[in-house]
Amino acid sequence: MIYLNGAIFCGLVCLLGEIILDNTKLTAGHITSIFVVVGAILSFLGIYDYFSSWAGTAASVPITSFGNLLYKACIEGYNTKGILGLFTNLLSTTSAGISSAIIFAFIVTLFCKAKD
Amino acid sequence: MNIEEYKLLVKKYTPKEDRIKNALMAFITGAAIGILSILIFQILQSYNINDKDANIWTIMILILMSSVATGLGFFDEWVSKVRCGLIIPITGFAHSITSSALDYKKDGLITGLGANVFKLAGSVLLYGIVSSFILAVVEVLIHV
Repeated sequence: MIYLNGAIFCGLVCLLGEIILDNTKLTAGHITSIFVVVGAILSFLGIYDYFSSWAGTAASVPITSFGNLLYKACIEGYNTKGILGLFTNLLSTTSAGISSAIIFAFIVTLFCKAKD
Repeated sequence: MNIEEYKLLVKKYTPKEDRIKNALMAFITGAAIGILSILIFQILQSYNINDKDANIWTIMILILMSSVATGLGFFDEWVSKVRCGLIIPITGFAHSITSSALDYKKDGLITGLGANVFKLAGSVLLYGIVSSFILAVVEVLIHV
């Protein structure tokens, strides 16, 4: 059942993005930025936790989860360290994603060439 | 030819996109990535990795697959076909970093690759960090 929920959640987020992309003048860059902010807002309102429990790990696949994780890490940092924690903890959970994206991209760039 | 006629002419020759087909393709691809992520997650779980770590590993494996596929060259074609189906999941983030790194490699390691690697992904990072920081401050202020 978790497969169905995950597929529906991921599919619907992508569908929403595609509808916005096709019917407005916004580019993919605009849409991903908007979705990250929307994810942070949903997390702020406490809605994203329902998605996570409903769709399992698939809820952390769309880019909206990036905003969710950033916001949660920020709050967690405040709870443990106070105001300093807002800054020291902000990137803690998303660090794996950002670091791996940079490192894999660099390694791939060393071995591959751009196709024209 | 006045402006109105010109606009009509442009409208006539602008290629029409099948929006329903696009939306359907995006939904199917997104759903497939969702299923793939849960599949990877459950395989990792069967090796006794706890949920939180398995979640991070899943995301990293998706990023690795997307980066390698971009480097090999066929991912760009897929992205131009299904668009948001691959851009909205974390694969799009990895794709944007890898493709800008590849594109600007020819301009040198510092002024090319180094300066441009976040050309597309930078906006996601900037607005994600700024918005979540502001929201966290608001949340903190509400509960003071």
